[in-house]
Amino acid sequence: MKAKSIEQPVKDIVYPKQEVARNSNRNNKWQRLKRDMKKAKHYYLLMAPFMVIFLLFTIVPVVASFVLSFFSFNMLEMPKFVGWDNYSRLFLSDDVFMTALRNTLVFAAITGPLSYIACFIFAWIINELSPKIRAFMTVIFYAPSIAGNVFFIWLIIFSGDAYGYLNGFLMEFGIILESIQWLRDEQYVLGVVILVQLWLSLGTSFIAFIAGLQTLDKSLIEAGAIDGIRNRWQELWYITLPSMKPQLLFGAVMQITQSFAVADISIALAGFPSVNYAAHTVVTHLMDYGTIRFEMGYASAIATVLFLLMVGTNILVQKLLRKVGT
Amino acid sequence: MRLFNKRLNRSLPVTTLLFLFLAVFGMFMALPLVYAVNNAFKPLDELFIFPPRFFVRNPTLDNFYDLVAVMGDSWVPISRYFFNTILITVFGTGGHIIFASMAAYPLAKYKFPGSKVIFQIVILALMFSPHVTAIPNYLVMSGLGWIDSYLSLIIPAMAFPLGLFLMKQFMEQIPDAMLEAAKIDGASEFHIFWKIVMPNVKPAWLTLLILQFPILWGTNGGNFIYSEELKTLNYALEQITEAGIARAGVGAAVALILMSVPIILFIVSQSKVIETMSSSGMKD
Repeated sequence: MKAKSIEQPVKDIVYPKQEVARNSNRNNKWQRLKRDMKKAKHYYLLMAPFMVIFLLFTIVPVVASFVLSFFSFNMLEMPKFVGWDNYSRLFLSDDVFMTALRNTLVFAAITGPLSYIACFIFAWIINELSPKIRAFMTVIFYAPSIAGNVFFIWLIIFSGDAYGYLNGFLMEFGIILESIQWLRDEQYVLGVVILVQLWLSLGTSFIAFIAGLQTLDKSLIEAGAIDGIRNRWQELWYITLPSMKPQLLFGAVMQITQSFAVADISIALAGFPSVNYAAHTVVTHLMDYGTIRFEMGYASAIATVLFLLMVGTNILVQKLLRKVGT
Repeated sequence: MRLFNKRLNRSLPVTTLLFLFLAVFGMFMALPLVYAVNNAFKPLDELFIFPPRFFVRNPTLDNFYDLVAVMGDSWVPISRYFFNTILITVFGTGGHIIFASMAAYPLAKYKFPGSKVIFQIVILALMFSPHVTAIPNYLVMSGLGWIDSYLSLIIPAMAFPLGLFLMKQFMEQIPDAMLEAAKIDGASEFHIFWKIVMPNVKPAWLTLLILQFPILWGTNGGNFIYSEELKTLNYALEQITEAGIARAGVGAAVALILMSVPIILFIVSQSKVIETMSSSGMKD
């Protein structure tokens, strides 16, 4: 009885105190955040110019594109809400989109992994060369990706008449008798675009790989040799690849984005639209509806699908890459 | 000159094979560019010869003279296209380097509310191509009244996420002690950034330059620019190529000029670029 009477007041005292404590804790947190933000105001100021432009031309457009994809909008009348209509039309009744999607997936499945692996293998072999030759080879492999619109050279190489270089050479050697319309024949056009894209694709990730290989810890390789690594393949798998994981992850992001977004090369080589949509991609489909037909809502739905495709593949590949060397 | 570095655990046959592999693909990479160079110096009769010839026999500068003479008299002289391209490239690249560095410095060196989220968004932004945002981008531009002006090409180029990402990764290597010393001496945040951080990240400037330059240099501005006198060199090249046989030589000359500038820039800055890119990785 005595004990209970003591307990009661203690509880009464403790409860309100806890309430106050929790409240002031929340206040403290809020205040600390405010104080931290105030302390960081110089940082926000430094970041402001970049962030305002970034927001305006990257974040807002992505969000707007997502929102617009649920509307019907032709730039003249007010947008009209149509729910999932754009998406159902896209996937159920747009045959050309299906062709574009198939082309893009074929494209990404071939150029993505191939160019990624090529970036690494070439960087890896180049790294074995002596410095001067290494610098020279780096330029040779990197040059196409920064040379701008030189892919117009490929137009002359694959030109459909006898003056096209490929046709000319093949006829000269008697391999073919008549010139082939490389860029006007459904059979060849996607292949040609893939080839040229591969030629162009040794870009940022290639340089990142070369840089990663050059900063590799040499003592790791020596230690590996002592521990029984016998050849370059073992060295590659057990030492080089695991130490390059950060660069490999970065390279994957760059390469995937590039391989899904192909359009300019397809347009430059195969025309727009290409013959029987043989080189039509998701991005050229997006351009078709966005800049020619002005169906902005529908085009936004295409953009959203493309965006999800890219991010989804990225997450998948990044998960796969984390397993490298383990 | 030695071909290979001496390395542990290397067998000669495999090394030779790998080198041959590299040489074959090196040819594949280089030939179209070599061809572009040759083409620019071909006289007209060599451009249209059957069977086509890869290398030039009688090199001539006629194509370049034609470029100046013929294109100089046209409605918009070729020099105007040059001017436009250079203007867009210089301001777009310069602004990008400064703005990306300013934004990268706090992200690299300090923790403050929102810093992590912002960097995550930048990484996510690496994953979408500009095509995804092309249409709303146009709406934003027209809302700002930037359609058909240089601004529509210059300003968005200043905030490419790749630049911020690389700059931040590179700035993390600057020793904290250096910044703290400056702070004790009473330097302001902006002063530290401009006088200490910026001179220390010169290799990264060159890298952003080499990544940004080709994009702007090669832009045709097609979606935003409509006046002929604001159009770029690449647009002019496309028009010349469209004109067909009569302008093939001039087209080859413009193409050579267009492609050589970024390549020369890269050759000059190669070692700095590689130094920067070694910090380009993403952590788990």
